[in-house]
Amino acid sequence: MGEEKLIASVAGSVERVNKLICVKALKTRYIGEVGDIVVGRITEVQQKRWKVETNSRLDSVLLLSSMNLPGGELRRRSAEDELAMRGYLQEGDLISAEVQAVFSDGAVSLHTRSLKYGKLGQGVLVQVSPSLVKRQKTHFHDLPCGASVILGNNGFIWIYPTPEHKEEEAGGFMANLEPVSLADREVISRLRNCIVSLVTQRMMLYDTSILYCYEASLPHQIKDILKPEIMEEIVMETRQRLLEQEG
Amino acid sequence: MKPYGFLAVPRCDSALPAKIRGSRARALPDRALVNCQYSSATFSTGERKRRPHGDRKSCEMGLQLRQTFEAAILTQLHPRSQIDIYVQVLQADGGTYAACVNAATLAVLDAGIPMRDFVCACSAGFVDGTALADLSHVEEAAGGPQLALALLPASGQIALLEMDARLHEDHLERVLEAAAQAARDVHTLLDLVVRQHVREASILLGD
Repeated sequence: MGEEKLIASVAGSVERVNKLICVKALKTRYIGEVGDIVVGRITEVQQKRWKVETNSRLDSVLLLSSMNLPGGELRRRSAEDELAMRGYLQEGDLISAEVQAVFSDGAVSLHTRSLKYGKLGQGVLVQVSPSLVKRQKTHFHDLPCGASVILGNNGFIWIYPTPEHKEEEAGGFMANLEPVSLADREVISRLRNCIVSLVTQRMMLYDTSILYCYEASLPHQIKDILKPEIMEEIVMETRQRLLEQEG
Repeated sequence: MKPYGFLAVPRCDSALPAKIRGSRARALPDRALVNCQYSSATFSTGERKRRPHGDRKSCEMGLQLRQTFEAAILTQLHPRSQIDIYVQVLQADGGTYAACVNAATLAVLDAGIPMRDFVCACSAGFVDGTALADLSHVEEAAGGPQLALALLPASGQIALLEMDARLHEDHLERVLEAAAQAARDVHTLLDLVVRQHVREASILLGD
């Protein structure tokens, strides 16, 4: 090409910082950055690692040495640990983790080295585009309406009933299989529908927007939230409240 | 893995949805593998005809689409992955290869996969001394020479040029120019549509 023209390789919004021009595509797979919180599903159990699906171009990797053992012990992983891997995490399990490193080809390496990460128990998963999740200081939110939510940077959002007391020792391995009460289930379903309506109207997802949307949806029945007219109405109200709050 | 880019294109001649299934971990260590599959619905032509999946025409189309898109997609940015493009023709009235390429371009853009440029395609033919662009089924069935051209408009580079008939070389330039002009017109339209879509989405996001 003889001319001095820059052509973008994706269709999206342009961000310009002095001489640096970035074009961010509207909808891409998740691109990992160190420190992001992700929610992923185990797809494979390999020799010393698990392969985790995180809506990115390549499956993410969770090394056995990056996983915290039950009880939070810190010791060298032995051969018995390798054989017992399937006991910790199996194919199909959901985990919350943090990005430790990004390999040169774009694959992401995860770790669950803190007690707040680990296997997820009962709840609802919503898969959205990663570009709609706003980057914030914390991605674990306990919403005042009675449920908790994990906003994964990779677009996987996990809604679960708020545990009554914070379990310090478990480290996220004991799956709480007690039946969830009807009230909690209704709150979680309503939250899930609210998130789906925010996504359909392309609004950024963060704790405040989800909460406002939840409150705006209270007059309607849970199943009505998914109807297009009601969806628009609720999201319009949410948008207005957010603008008022900022302005 | 669920499909990542999706496009349903109703066109007055040929209508087809294109789907991009995202990348999966595959063999090539330095770039992505592009895999294209073409299929035709039973109700797409005038007569209802059942087309088995692996038949010759589908394979050939798939191969041509693959060659076209390997030239356009920046595969070095996706090592060890595979990009699947599935195209299904719902209504065939001539120019199916061109429609497939145009639809797949939009689907690839929708999926956020980086490309060198749009790939715009058009068919062209030569009847009674006149070069015709974008042939319909009737014109194709008439038996004259037909050309399929896939172009990268900004640089004018040809991604794929295919013709399987006899055409005198004196006429080649005219036919090629007709196809190229039509492809550039398609590019204008696709560019407009993509910009409008991105603008609307950005407004909703509040950028």
